[in-house]
Amino acid sequence: MSDTTLFVISPRAAALRAALRSPSFIAGAAITALFLVIALLSFVWTPYDYAAQDIPNKLKTLSAAHWFGTDQYGRDVFSQILVGARTSLAVALIAVSVGLGLGVPLGLWAAAIRGSLLDEIIMRLNDLVFAFPALLIAVLITAVFGPSATNAVIAIGIFNIPVFARLTRAAALSLWTRDFILAARVAGKGKARISVEHILPNILNTLVVQITIQFSLGILAEAALAYVGLGAQPPTPSWGKMLADSQTLIALAPHMAIIPGLCIVLTVLGLNLMGDGLRDILDPRLQRSRR
Amino acid sequence: MSTYFLGRFGSLIASLLVASIVIFLILEVVPGDPAQFMLGLNANPETLANLRAQMGLDQPAVTRYITWVLGMLHGDFGISYTYKTPVTELVLQRLGVSLPLALLSLLLTVLIAFPAGILAAARRNSKTDLAVMGVTQFGVAVPNFWFAIILVWVFAVILHWFSAGGFPGWDKGFWLGLRALLLPAIALALPQASILARVMRSALLDTLEEDYIRTARARGLTRTQTLWRHAVRNALIPVLTIVGLQFAFLLAGGIIIENVFFLPGLGRLVFQGITQRDLIVVKSVVMLLVFAVILVNFLVDLSYIAVDPRLRRR
Repeated sequence: MSDTTLFVISPRAAALRAALRSPSFIAGAAITALFLVIALLSFVWTPYDYAAQDIPNKLKTLSAAHWFGTDQYGRDVFSQILVGARTSLAVALIAVSVGLGLGVPLGLWAAAIRGSLLDEIIMRLNDLVFAFPALLIAVLITAVFGPSATNAVIAIGIFNIPVFARLTRAAALSLWTRDFILAARVAGKGKARISVEHILPNILNTLVVQITIQFSLGILAEAALAYVGLGAQPPTPSWGKMLADSQTLIALAPHMAIIPGLCIVLTVLGLNLMGDGLRDILDPRLQRSRR
Repeated sequence: MSTYFLGRFGSLIASLLVASIVIFLILEVVPGDPAQFMLGLNANPETLANLRAQMGLDQPAVTRYITWVLGMLHGDFGISYTYKTPVTELVLQRLGVSLPLALLSLLLTVLIAFPAGILAAARRNSKTDLAVMGVTQFGVAVPNFWFAIILVWVFAVILHWFSAGGFPGWDKGFWLGLRALLLPAIALALPQASILARVMRSALLDTLEEDYIRTARARGLTRTQTLWRHAVRNALIPVLTIVGLQFAFLLAGGIIIENVFFLPGLGRLVFQGITQRDLIVVKSVVMLLVFAVILVNFLVDLSYIAVDPRLRRR
């Protein structure tokens, strides 16, 4: 009934509205939120002590007492899944932060001094890291420094740096030619200040989409490293390690393989769906082509 | 073409140099020194001294690096500490499993992804398209080693169609060997095929919107003719890039799948090297795999020339 033209919808509110209309964003965000809640919940509550052994009840299938059954030592699989969510998400989250924290400043810097020798060097180094088989170097790093969750984080994080650096530089370069940046330069602002005050806020959308993608890749990478024994060490449960344990017992207790695997798939699927939804909502290029 | 080629070749050499330096440095900073690391804390001092001499640890790092690189250029990757045989020999043996595995999974990836991606793009927003997008969305999220475990459960444990792992050796017959590699190859291929199908679809959708497609249709070509003669060919450049990256990934990613199926490939060699702390093996195999990956990327860059005539003129 009210005259809608009177309302000025802020871009943020508009994005929120669009988000609520995107089914893939809603589904993805719901799944991701579910696993985040599970991970947080594990700090205060698990149905059993995840490390408590109960040999007489080993390899039991799903039941009311043990929702996801028990493993080869009679440990409660549901409790391990809860704590494992913590490991997976934490490793992936920190690895993405490493990539963001180093990659974005590098990309901003390279864009600010575009065309210079230093820019060229930064970007070529990036290309080199890109060309590396990430998994191999991660294996090498964890092999030498000892398998641990921390080293898994470092190994995965390093390969996030060039991803964010390249993306930031490309997005920033197109902004540097715009009039409002010129205005800021005329106003006497330095390159560093322009990068932080004007460039960064304008590339956040692009970064958010990439964050969800790298997050889901991080979860897969963590699982792979943990599976080969190069991630979190026992007794800390992790989904990848649970899969490694399940392998020889697959004939006796298939639930031990199916459940952690499904958790990985769901988490990654959730993040990917959320990323797809976010890209539709936030990426201005796609919006233009849709119009 | 020559500048393009030289540029690519230059970056190939630069990548290899940096890769070798990085790998060398990572192993330089191991706690203690490499010989100590390999033998453990309770090593016999005499054995330790011998290994140090064999590894050239009494020489400065730069000399050792140069010796290592020069050795590799001659095909000499050092002598494995645990196997007491040249690493080159070990690698060549294991390559007989890893390379066919990577090639087979690449073949499966392309065979699944191309038709799926082309079909989805040609019938955009149809049920086929939705199905392809749904299945691949799922496929992208599946860790290949988990899929491998599930395949073993279904096809080896329940159905008894395949053995759960191991490799009979090519001398026992080509088909037996191929059979042993089939499940691992499928496990590797499914997630990769999902990625590739999505890339193929979106690349094709992009080209289908180009003006020359409308022109081709206006000239009287049917939809199918336009699709095959113009759209697919032009969509191949981004697709080829991904195929190259995927082959590299399949080579390196095979190291995990080989562990699921107990295949005696390079992956098993690396992980055995890690548990036995045989750094000579680990260093050389990782360097070789990195070399293979970089080489594949280089070849992909060159293949653009074949697909895109514009690059020949440069």
